[in-house]
Amino acid sequence: MAYPIEMQDSIRKVETSRGHRMERSFRRLNFAEKAKLLETYHPDFRLAEKREIPIGPNKEDMAPSEFVALLESPSRLNPEAVDLEKVDYKIDVLVIGGGGAGVTTALLAKENGADVLLATKLRLGDSNTIMAEGGIGAATSPEDSPVIHYIDTIVGGRGKNIPELVEALVNDAPFIVEWLTNLGVNFDRLPDGSYFTHMPAGHSRKRSHSVKDITGLEIMRVLCDEIRNQEINVLEFSPAVELLLDDQGQCAGAVLFNFDTGQYCVVQAKATLIATGGIGRLHIQGFPTSNHYGATADGLVMAYRAGAKLIYMDFIQYHPTGIAWPEQMLGLLISEALRAQGAQVVNGEGEMFVDRLETRDALSAAIIRECGERNRGVLTPTGMVGVWLDTPLIDRIGGEGTFLRRFAGIHSRFKKYNIDPAREPILIYPTQHYQNGGIETKVNGETNIPNLYVAGEVAGGVHGHNRLGSNSLVDIFVFGRRAGMDIARKIGQVKIGRLSLEHIKVYNEALQNAQIVSGTCSPMLLPDYRFEKALTTVQYIKGR
Amino acid sequence: MLNDIIKMIPIYIMGKKYEVPEGLTILKAMEFAGYRLKRGCGCRGGVCGACVTVYRKKGNYQLKVGLACQTVIEPDIYLVQLPFVPANKAIYTIKNVPANDSNIIKLYPELMRCLQCNTCTKSCPMELDVMNYVAAAMRGDLKEVVELSMECVMCGMCAARCPAELTPFNIALLIRRMYGKHLIPPSPQLAQRLKEIREGKFEEELNQLKESNQTELQERYKELQATKGASV
Repeated sequence: MAYPIEMQDSIRKVETSRGHRMERSFRRLNFAEKAKLLETYHPDFRLAEKREIPIGPNKEDMAPSEFVALLESPSRLNPEAVDLEKVDYKIDVLVIGGGGAGVTTALLAKENGADVLLATKLRLGDSNTIMAEGGIGAATSPEDSPVIHYIDTIVGGRGKNIPELVEALVNDAPFIVEWLTNLGVNFDRLPDGSYFTHMPAGHSRKRSHSVKDITGLEIMRVLCDEIRNQEINVLEFSPAVELLLDDQGQCAGAVLFNFDTGQYCVVQAKATLIATGGIGRLHIQGFPTSNHYGATADGLVMAYRAGAKLIYMDFIQYHPTGIAWPEQMLGLLISEALRAQGAQVVNGEGEMFVDRLETRDALSAAIIRECGERNRGVLTPTGMVGVWLDTPLIDRIGGEGTFLRRFAGIHSRFKKYNIDPAREPILIYPTQHYQNGGIETKVNGETNIPNLYVAGEVAGGVHGHNRLGSNSLVDIFVFGRRAGMDIARKIGQVKIGRLSLEHIKVYNEALQNAQIVSGTCSPMLLPDYRFEKALTTVQYIKGR
Repeated sequence: MLNDIIKMIPIYIMGKKYEVPEGLTILKAMEFAGYRLKRGCGCRGGVCGACVTVYRKKGNYQLKVGLACQTVIEPDIYLVQLPFVPANKAIYTIKNVPANDSNIIKLYPELMRCLQCNTCTKSCPMELDVMNYVAAAMRGDLKEVVELSMECVMCGMCAARCPAELTPFNIALLIRRMYGKHLIPPSPQLAQRLKEIREGKFEEELNQLKESNQTELQERYKELQATKGASV
């Protein structure tokens, strides 16, 4: 047992109440109760943490302060420093981002005859996709249907989802499962070949298709292999820093920055897809994050400067089951599949206070309430507070060995710290997980800027104000695929004019005219965790 | 509080000494020392293989391998990251490569050079049984390869250290794809659902739903939740 003494008293309470709880569940919130809970405790409703976007297409819309600060910063690219007469790559399609959405678009565009260049900030495959544990949401079983998937998704999104996007999502989802299976992804299966599925929170049917607890890793390995088999040109460690427009105002490619050599690279493309993911590494409101190192909102900033419209940027998803102990794993995610498999959420007294299958927004709000106002959380030696995810219930319900069989990855990560989650509960606290909004998009990934496409987390609208579990792992492939096919269909007619970075100058001037002074520039590209920032604030302050 | 005072310990990054707080992972220790990593840092959660690190502890001749984001430092640890391995990868079209051992050997003939020396297993940061999945590949037991290699993070260390110059992680990837594509029976339920969608079975109802307001959808949702059955 690697939990410190001061946490062990509480674990004993959890063990004592386990048998009694096992037969019971906490009453589900009705719609009115849920709305009240969110308004009072969900971080999205802390208005003091948001501010107005001062310029650009979403002027006066509210967004998290940390994100607005990037929009208030001038470009890190000096437009005068780049010679646009000297084009390094002239191609059909530039894909920016090497996660699930980007590689899917690259594969589909190539398959349909387009010439593709994929540029990514880190390595091919480095993304939040690779970290996805739970699964892909798709209505493939007889008791499910795209209609039920549609209803669940919109109710979970608080009714704000764009209906056409959700329709595309639920109709295409089963085809994505087929596509990935045909590429050789080893989904969990039953002996007759049908898929083993589970039911994440907010869904009404079992529809999440998993590969143990490493669904994203398995899919990304296969898709990156396919990119290499198709011999698609990939530029790693080459983040885009600004989009290029042409003299007609169409998107015409991007300027890349070579991390290794410090050189800029001009890419002219008939279609450009942004698939740069989300904003976790901005640490909205100081929350820890489950996100990849590269999740720094680069695509949102570039697209906004070029005139793309954003939607629902003020709705951030906090995943209720972020790790709160041990310190080394703070903020990392524990899959929702554990709750689907029976793990309950329990306070420091060993009592249930919310149903384990409430949607992520409601469950996070309930945990924040339990740890804060109700003061029934568990204090760690480093000053974090959390509640228990009672993981030993998984073996109690599913039989000895279920946890290890289904969640070997999670098991081995905790084992390094002498914690056995099959026998001991895991301490959790909400972690910043997903950006519900993003760049406005149509069903084929097009934006309001001609020839600029988006797919994946960087796009907004399909999830409304709150995404359901397993809907992002399907979203990236559905819209990545649609964008790739649409691009291949349309590039024949595209004529690119004279390349321009004039929009950067105009944007920088608009900031000056509004008398906005920023101490930094954007896009951020990498978070800065040097020196004392390597330590969590809590530990550092207590430590001094 | 346990840590009223942070204890500082010495570590050596590529031979250079830094004092950092004890208890940090290698990744955070390097950041504390002042590194802003471009290579050698990825998911920070132990699944992407970007931060694989070779290290040696004081007084021990053995070179060990770990993920920087998952391995906790010790006093006087010597370390270097190895963020890229120029490993061989075969080019193939998975649908044209039926799952059998002769296809594996055609694409990766070096597989048969394995010396069974177990260096690969000892250099796997995920503690996978690499040598045994290589052995399973040699005798054509593809299911065993899938099971033993499933948690592979593709860091490439097995290939970097293999004296027979195999690329176990790429061989396992080929076999997993072969297995998933060719040896798992297709799902009749999925085929049926795809047929229904192609025939437009859900179109009319979805069109109606697109016009529905949130209250109507919530009512439908309540009914669906009542009939959802067990989640497990």
